[in-house]
Amino acid sequence: MRINCPHCGERDVREFTYLGDASVQRPDPQVADALERFTSYVYFRDNPAASHRELWYHGACQAWLVVTRDTRSHEIFGVESLKPRTLGAGSGGTAP
Amino acid sequence: MRYSAFALAWNAVTGQTSWKPAWRDAAPCESYDVVIVGGGAHGLATAYYLAKEHGIANVAVLEKSWVGSGNAGRNTTIIRSNYLLPGNIPFYEWSMKLWEGLEQDLNYNTMVSQRGVLNLYHSDLQRDAFARRGNAMLLHGVDAELLDREQVRALVPHLDFDDARFPIQGALLQRRGGTVRHDAVVWGYARAADRRGVDIVQNCEVTGIRISNGRVVGVDTTRGPIRADKVALAVAGSSSRLAAMAGLRLPIESHVLQAFVSEGVKPLIHQVITFGAGHFYISQSDKGGLVFGGDLDGYNSYAQRGNLPAIEDVCEGGMAIMPMIGRLRIVRSWGGLVDMSMDGSPIIDRTPIEGLYLNAGWCYGGFKATPASGWCFAHLIARDEPHRSAVAYRLDRFATGRLIDERGAGAQPNLH
Repeated sequence: MRINCPHCGERDVREFTYLGDASVQRPDPQVADALERFTSYVYFRDNPAASHRELWYHGACQAWLVVTRDTRSHEIFGVESLKPRTLGAGSGGTAP
Repeated sequence: MRYSAFALAWNAVTGQTSWKPAWRDAAPCESYDVVIVGGGAHGLATAYYLAKEHGIANVAVLEKSWVGSGNAGRNTTIIRSNYLLPGNIPFYEWSMKLWEGLEQDLNYNTMVSQRGVLNLYHSDLQRDAFARRGNAMLLHGVDAELLDREQVRALVPHLDFDDARFPIQGALLQRRGGTVRHDAVVWGYARAADRRGVDIVQNCEVTGIRISNGRVVGVDTTRGPIRADKVALAVAGSSSRLAAMAGLRLPIESHVLQAFVSEGVKPLIHQVITFGAGHFYISQSDKGGLVFGGDLDGYNSYAQRGNLPAIEDVCEGGMAIMPMIGRLRIVRSWGGLVDMSMDGSPIIDRTPIEGLYLNAGWCYGGFKATPASGWCFAHLIARDEPHRSAVAYRLDRFATGRLIDERGAGAQPNLH
């Protein structure tokens, strides 16, 4: 598998470290059902046999990337730099 | 199909023409008391124990391909019960006890070989951790011996004891551990379950789970709908896909784990040996091939094949403890899909949907767990309460915090 880093070009998968599903988002700890939301955020995954948006870290340039990849064939459809995401209202932080 | 010395001799002189199939290739009926999804070793064992221990024989095992075509035939055939945590030890020890009686129980040669499992340690710290593990095992009635360097050398003289980075200081030995012929386990359970009236339906893929008023009522399959009072999922590797048919999300990621066989050589490795400073485990099959494996590839995958970096990593681990295998050629490699759960331990539990049962999350540990998994899952399905050795394998432990994290890696499935 080779990943096309937006900063460095196409590089061997050995240079990258996998984190997991990019779609999970840290919930707002202030909402009423925060416990359920955090349980889901930390432990539960869609785990699709399909196209999967996932986080990879490129050790060479220290960038977090969002890779869109088919988990059935390992074919990579796209690689983007991770943009800071806003948390739920009121928390004011970013993730990951 | 019965086997005897007479049948063997008769077939030897008649061109092997009078063997019969060992189990029926059943067509699905309209309804069953229990439908088990997944014709791997766990599903077949569950069906067998449902019929034998609980008298529930109106059971179908649905397999999308042929029985044993998934992880049951893709593992490295190792059995052991050298666990540390109280939630795990009784379960895996119960599995070991069932392995020890399996051939008599099934009347089938599954080639259970208790050749010993040696976990090498390479530092004082690791020795202390292994001593703790061995003591935990002894307290639960499991055999464990902490060996020093010379005791290991007496058993396996050809290891590289003086590697500059990872010198071998000793090992934790479980003599009752070993290997079992994985395909024979599938065939033995299939034959034994079939004899007790279980329908084994192959080439029958489940495409939907029918639910009415929060209760499971059957499944849709590529061979038509089947009604069932209870539906039990034993499809590790694809658990999330099946659970999604019932609207459930699981604390599981599917990953690919590769395994390898070398060309055959004369008897060389008489135990199962694991490398403690990396991740590498090896044994030798009766055909002479070295069977070995190591880390996951590390990313979500349903591909049943991996990439080269993982292969390189595994081979480096092997070279670190036994450099003499470096000239051997790898003749086959393959990948299996493993349910990597969020704490590295399995799930045998009911689900929020009444009548739907889940057996999942086996990570690396599915094969050795086969008999106890079937036993405990059958107990759960028949009685709606967990077996005493599997009480910790609850689905809700991720919400309650009662995790069973043997490795201490946290909620990062590819690290377990």
